[in-house]
Amino acid sequence: MIIEKFFNKWIMFFLILIPTFGVIFDEPYFITLATKVVILGIAGVGLNLALGYCGLISLGHAAFFGIGGYITGILSFHALNDEVLFSWPLVVFGSSEMLIIWPIVILVSALFSFIIGLLSLRTSGVYFIMITLAFAQMLYFFSISWPNYGGEDGLSIYMRNSFPMLNTMDPLSFYIISLFWFLFSIFISLRLINSPFGMSFQAIKQNEERVKSVGIETFKVKLLVFVISGTITGLAGSLYTDLNRFVSPTVLDWHTSGEIMVFVILGGMARLYGPLVGAAFFIALEQTLGSYTENWQFWLGLILILVILYARSGILGLFDKKLRHEK
Amino acid sequence: MTLILFFEQLLNGIQFGTMLFLMSAGLTLIFGVMGLINLAHGSFYMIGAFSAALIAALTESFWLALLASLAGAAIAGVLIEIIIIRRLYRRDHLDQVLATFALILLLSEGVRWCFGAFPLYLNIPNVLNGTVPIFDNIIYSKYRLFIIFMGFLIALGLYILITKTRLGIRIRAGQNDRQMISALGVDISKLYTIVFAIGASLAGLAGAMIGAIQSVEVGMGEPILILAFVVIVIGGIGSIKGALVGSILVGVTDTIGRIFLPELLKVFMEPSNATSVGSSIGSMLIYILMALILIIKPSGLFGKS
Repeated sequence: MIIEKFFNKWIMFFLILIPTFGVIFDEPYFITLATKVVILGIAGVGLNLALGYCGLISLGHAAFFGIGGYITGILSFHALNDEVLFSWPLVVFGSSEMLIIWPIVILVSALFSFIIGLLSLRTSGVYFIMITLAFAQMLYFFSISWPNYGGEDGLSIYMRNSFPMLNTMDPLSFYIISLFWFLFSIFISLRLINSPFGMSFQAIKQNEERVKSVGIETFKVKLLVFVISGTITGLAGSLYTDLNRFVSPTVLDWHTSGEIMVFVILGGMARLYGPLVGAAFFIALEQTLGSYTENWQFWLGLILILVILYARSGILGLFDKKLRHEK
Repeated sequence: MTLILFFEQLLNGIQFGTMLFLMSAGLTLIFGVMGLINLAHGSFYMIGAFSAALIAALTESFWLALLASLAGAAIAGVLIEIIIIRRLYRRDHLDQVLATFALILLLSEGVRWCFGAFPLYLNIPNVLNGTVPIFDNIIYSKYRLFIIFMGFLIALGLYILITKTRLGIRIRAGQNDRQMISALGVDISKLYTIVFAIGASLAGLAGAMIGAIQSVEVGMGEPILILAFVVIVIGGIGSIKGALVGSILVGVTDTIGRIFLPELLKVFMEPSNATSVGSSIGSMLIYILMALILIIKPSGLFGKS
């Protein structure tokens, strides 16, 4: 693990280097790409808690990513049009203040992950995979058929939501906001993993029956992990809407769930910075292959299959000689 | 009037259900025998439809096209099983999900590469064009009746295959105890390839038959794949009987719900609101059904708990 720590320092270095490079050479596109990587990284960090550390194979995290995205879009849409969001039982207006939007996103994604978790965690194994997938699809179809917020065409918000004292339309400012949330999600994960609660959910991944036998209510532990995981991913969705100034049913599509899972696996499961490395690799692949061929996803699929069949510990795993030695 | 509409939609639901059955039977068989979650099952649906469209364009025969869909999907299934899928049986569910997800990207883009992004069309043969009267005043599309007929024929065929033939005995034995039947001298890897090919060809046939009503395009397998997942979760994973019951249930609920929920809501609401709320809830109905069934029976209707 020493090598992984060394590698993590390099990752931090790159997180600062790339935007600096962007500013010096006046390439805002680099900063925007880096922002995208960081935001997708947050979504991955969220899923990693459930998938990597607790072994809950959720193929439905697009639901939370999309909920965060749509809440942000809807609030901002109402603020822009000066309409009431709903008038019963309280009169509630939309908002374009990130500081107001974030708590709402956190609350709503936590609520949804609680409900979905409560129902899905009754099952395990393949059933769990398919049920999380099905719940995400349910929201996907809802977003398509509900006409008020653009339906299939999606919802544009024209301006990024605002943050006190920062111009969020400036790529660097928005990058800093996203980077803050990324570091915060890493911090939360780190604290969780090393807490007694973290020990219990990591133990569940190894052997749930044994954890039960020492008197821990594993259902509650799993539900809590699932809620935290979904909430972090929801927050990433909120930032993603701001990044694109647009939200559409695509964020709820099951390909999004698959991609978030791919970030986690490409980077290396149960490694703090794994999802960021995975997302960076994914975006880099999209940018380089995408410029040569329209069918870049063909090559992505091929690379993924090779990674899964032959390099199971992910990119960070390749650098971790100790681990490779053990296998 | 509404009764006629209801009956018509009921038949549409059953028709949709029988096609879902072709998808979910293969999916559940593959899971039951090999323990594999195959997200790429929808790709065989697509491959079947494209093989049919290709042969139909060359020979102008719908029946040859249907055969081609079976053969094309089966050949693709055998190749993919031998090259990739075979390595996944011993892996955990996560690896299977990811590898088959990657396979979807690979196959979808591969087909787009070969056939282009534009949808292709398959023509229904003249014999099956038009409508046919059922009972007094209900007329129904011949082709959709043909689909229902084929669906039940294949369900019957599968039943005979599984319960009456030597291959079926081996498949059932494989479901019960993999190690034991390989110890008894059954070539297990050949059996797996055969089961995978059967599943793939059923999906391919469904793709060709639906392709003739809708269109043949890249990504056509994905919506129906996820519905097939809902079906096997409802029916119980590994159970073909469960897949049949689940398919019809999902097909009918989905079709009837989408049509009648807005109508039903008009009793309580303004018509414009009723239409949007009704169609939104209608599209979620099967997922709600699934959630309800899982609350009552977490392992599905016919699943082993």
